[in-house]
Amino acid sequence: MSSYAKRLMWPVLVLVALIVINVSVTGFDFIVPHVNDGRLSGAFVNILRRSAPLLLIALGMTLVIATKGIDLSVGAVYAIGAAIACQMIIDAPDQSAAGLIFSAIALALVVTAVIGAWNGTMVAYFGIQPIVATLILMIAGRGIAQLVTGGQIPKVEDSSPFTQLGRGELFTVPLPIVIAVLMLVALALLTRRTALGMLLESVGGNPEASRLAGIRAKGITVLVYLVCGLCAGLAGLIGAANLGSADANNGGLWIELDAILAVVIGGTALLGGRFYLLGTAIGVVIIGTLEDTIINVGLSSQWQFTAKAIVVFVVALLQSPEFRGWILKPFKRRPAAPAPAKEVAAK
Amino acid sequence: MSTQTLTERPARSTLFDGVTRYIPIGATVALLLVLYLGGIASFPKFDSPQVVAKLFIDNAPLLIIAVGMTFVILSGGIDLSVGSVMAFSTMCCAWLTVDAGLSAPLVVGLVLAFGTLWGLGIGAVIHYFNVQPFIATLVGLFLFRGLTLQISDTDVSMRDIQFFHWGMEHLVEVGKIRTGGFWLPNLSFVAFAVVIVAFVVLHYTRFGRGVYAVGGSEQSALLMGLPVARTKIGVYAVSGFCAALAGVMAAMGTKSANPLANVGAELDAIAAVVIGGTLLTGGAGFVLGTVAGVMVWGLLNTLIAFQGDLSSWWARIAMGVLLLAFILLQRVLARSGEKRRT
Repeated sequence: MSSYAKRLMWPVLVLVALIVINVSVTGFDFIVPHVNDGRLSGAFVNILRRSAPLLLIALGMTLVIATKGIDLSVGAVYAIGAAIACQMIIDAPDQSAAGLIFSAIALALVVTAVIGAWNGTMVAYFGIQPIVATLILMIAGRGIAQLVTGGQIPKVEDSSPFTQLGRGELFTVPLPIVIAVLMLVALALLTRRTALGMLLESVGGNPEASRLAGIRAKGITVLVYLVCGLCAGLAGLIGAANLGSADANNGGLWIELDAILAVVIGGTALLGGRFYLLGTAIGVVIIGTLEDTIINVGLSSQWQFTAKAIVVFVVALLQSPEFRGWILKPFKRRPAAPAPAKEVAAK
Repeated sequence: MSTQTLTERPARSTLFDGVTRYIPIGATVALLLVLYLGGIASFPKFDSPQVVAKLFIDNAPLLIIAVGMTFVILSGGIDLSVGSVMAFSTMCCAWLTVDAGLSAPLVVGLVLAFGTLWGLGIGAVIHYFNVQPFIATLVGLFLFRGLTLQISDTDVSMRDIQFFHWGMEHLVEVGKIRTGGFWLPNLSFVAFAVVIVAFVVLHYTRFGRGVYAVGGSEQSALLMGLPVARTKIGVYAVSGFCAALAGVMAAMGTKSANPLANVGAELDAIAAVVIGGTLLTGGAGFVLGTVAGVMVWGLLNTLIAFQGDLSSWWARIAMGVLLLAFILLQRVLARSGEKRRT
């Protein structure tokens, strides 16, 4: 089995187990989609639709983590993207004008991309730890979003085509799913069919060695954070379009933690290096399905935090070589050799 | 481990020497003075001593968790769970006394013991299983928020429990507020006591020196024969205890438990620690700097409250800008330190 398939095996098994639990409780309606009023619907399709913003952010996060970084500001950037677009639309006299919608979306994406590039510049050129550099915007970002909305929650009219970004469909498939999958395919092609993916892994493995090998490590770092910011902005647009409003305080709250969790479930190590975009996508669906599973098996929705905590804990322990060694020790055959030799044998 | 994985630079850049050590904390104190004098110049009643006293009343819980966070950050780690542990502790205080009818001092003892045990446990996971502090404490962030919500998803009042009125009793009262006096309640003095104990522990005990050594370079600390395991697990126990204590103080301050209280308190604490001049990579900083960092945060909020027109989100933006300025300052100092050495 290739290492890629091996990495994906565990997340896929977990996802299948979750789906089996749901199907056994609610029947096959859970997984089988049906076409209703010209749009695909069903419990699982809804999970995918709701998970689309998280998938976009987690994809950006995967690339950032591949370079040994982390982006804590995505939740705040999500709020900023949503706030800019909604505020611009409600300030206009005609909320349905196509030009307005496009310029609002474009402005939100440009601003969020610039924010991402700023994070990348801090990391690459100022040599600040990623966790610290992005912490600044994590703290200040929601303040900026509130500045944009003036502390209000801008509500876009339901008739505005902007809401189609979150509620519409393309060939019966909900638009958020289409956008997120397109982003997944685009990033996968970009990193796996060109040398970019290898360069990313090289920068994550050792930035200094990559630079000496002639890779423009700093430029790549900035690019990766830019993409992450852009993804967060796009996720914010979809989330805001779905709700028809932008809540600067609670929009995308803790989404950075969910995104990191999805990346880790998907098999990408936080230490940088190898990354698995498809694994991340499966991780996102696992998180989305987990939330529904909790309600379907009859637990209150408050359990989802606890369930997530358990998932983080188990995944973190499973990824730790020390833990695997400790837990497997009783099952290993003990050699008869004296103590010093035993350690060598264990390795 | 976190210093190695989160930074590409070796630990030498984290060491300031001579006068350079005091530049960040000096900048923080200067900033405090500018904010305070600016407030006095702009608003008539800002020079009342109660304005300063109120800083230590409103921010006593934040000060306590920031002190715990200082230990963790000095050792090169991070603790994201403090906000949730704090909310969980407050909720437990309310739940065990009001609903379960246990005696309040017993409950406070249980809560403090639990916070410490949680810190010990997660510290052990971080050290022995080499899990990143960021991820391991993320477990706590989710877990305790979830448990808090499961206990109650609405406010629980503790007004009827006499014990929890102790915190806001005036311990010191000088004159009347109207004639330039001030008062400070018991919980402020609990926070002061935490700061003093932390100061003594960090600067005058083996454990404290171990914290700095592990934060400077875990490898070197290990080779020097310092008890790295005990130190690394110890800092999380300190932080867990401080978070639980802050939860008890918050229970006394508001006499009610809100399941969504203190969301993001860990970020405020981290920001206060960094603005107080502690290096996020560990190994350099002062707990008294953290006090200054918390006061900056409190003064920003007070200034905005006095101004009246500005909304509270300006405090967050200002905090972000300050954070940026201080991180850049630390970077410049660390770089110039490297140049001098080579």
